[in-house]
Amino acid sequence: MAGSGSSVQLLGYWGSPYALRVELALKLKGVQYEYIEEDLTNKSTLLLHYNPVYKKVPVLVHDGKPLAESLVIIDYIDEVWKQNPILPQDPYERATARFWAKFADEKCVPAMIGAFVKQGEEKEKAAKEARENLKTLEGSLVGNQLIGGEKIGFLEIAAAWMGIWARIAEEIADVNLIDSETMPLLNNWFDKYLENPIVKECIPPWDKLLE
Amino acid sequence: MEEVKLLGTWPSPYAFRVQWALALKGVKYEYIEEDLLNKSGLLLRYNPVHKKIPVLVHNGKPICESIVILEYIEETWPHNPLLPEDPYERAMARFWAKFSDDKSHSFAAFFLADGEGQEKAIQESVEVLKTIEEGGLGDKKFFGGNEIGLADLAFGWLPFGFGVMEELVGVKLLDADKFPRLHAWIDNFRNHPVIKETLSDPDKLLACFKSKREMYFVSKTA
Repeated sequence: MAGSGSSVQLLGYWGSPYALRVELALKLKGVQYEYIEEDLTNKSTLLLHYNPVYKKVPVLVHDGKPLAESLVIIDYIDEVWKQNPILPQDPYERATARFWAKFADEKCVPAMIGAFVKQGEEKEKAAKEARENLKTLEGSLVGNQLIGGEKIGFLEIAAAWMGIWARIAEEIADVNLIDSETMPLLNNWFDKYLENPIVKECIPPWDKLLE
Repeated sequence: MEEVKLLGTWPSPYAFRVQWALALKGVKYEYIEEDLLNKSGLLLRYNPVHKKIPVLVHNGKPICESIVILEYIEETWPHNPLLPEDPYERAMARFWAKFSDDKSHSFAAFFLADGEGQEKAIQESVEVLKTIEEGGLGDKKFFGGNEIGLADLAFGWLPFGFGVMEELVGVKLLDADKFPRLHAWIDNFRNHPVIKETLSDPDKLLACFKSKREMYFVSKTA
């Protein structure tokens, strides 16, 4: 169990949205941790030791025991540190949050990446797919607490970072991903997320990301 | 009065994961076999986002995505737990369940590759199997420890249909010498009293996989 004697480290990368997710979860719970910045072009032996399967960040190390995969880590954080719960209590609501987090990761993110890195027709196709999937994700937000209130929960941590990255992609790659006219709820959700003080503390600087 | 329905398709390993979980917990449910070439109004209504099986419907509320369903089942019917008590062990189970899904494409590649692509697919699959055996299973009887758990169900496609796949491809990867622990695990899984009841007739499975594989090769050359 966590107490003042427990040690928590997070291996991350400043530009990784997945590491961001874990930092948000730790800060929302007020957990003290040591942050270790990884150079992804020259991975440390620590990282390779703690995540031999994927060799990626983020990795949470709690009392010497490593955990990888950001959403698995967030589940763990929620179970170990019970204050400020991230997942809802009700099993059906939990399943819904998990479903949409998976949807964002599997359907929105790859399409957004495609729109950013591809060219020509493939780029247009990826952007269209991204917009469609973001629109579908928007459908899940009806009745979402964040729109009315200040709460950051599992889905916000899992997916609202896409607002930042999508806007960066739009600026650099000259592509339209989030349409404030056709996706007002989604846009509003992203804005609310960015207004949260803990989010503001954790997100990488816009300029650095643009570079 | 609980009402539990499961929309599935034979022989989907994803549907089987849910069937196994419900059986292990002794939860009564109505099984509805879907025709994926002619999806029912029910499926489209309950899973409008992906239009896929499995879908668990509990008192009229649908849950989709097999691992999400397993977590829901675990939380709703906590007896005969699929996850251990300890948070770290729970996280490891979730990690390996995700790994199984992340790497399924390697085995799909093994099943469907031909010519040059096959060597690469074989190598990749062997690497994945090694990781599963050494990292995931280790010296345990099941991924869940002494009992079948979430990760075992996630890897259930191995005892369920991998042998048939190997037979059709003509290449044996899961050698008892090279993967003794996985081999033992497969036996333990298949012989588990609850799982045993659910296993498919191997000839039926072979015929089904064979036709899928042939259809795939035909579609590639068309």
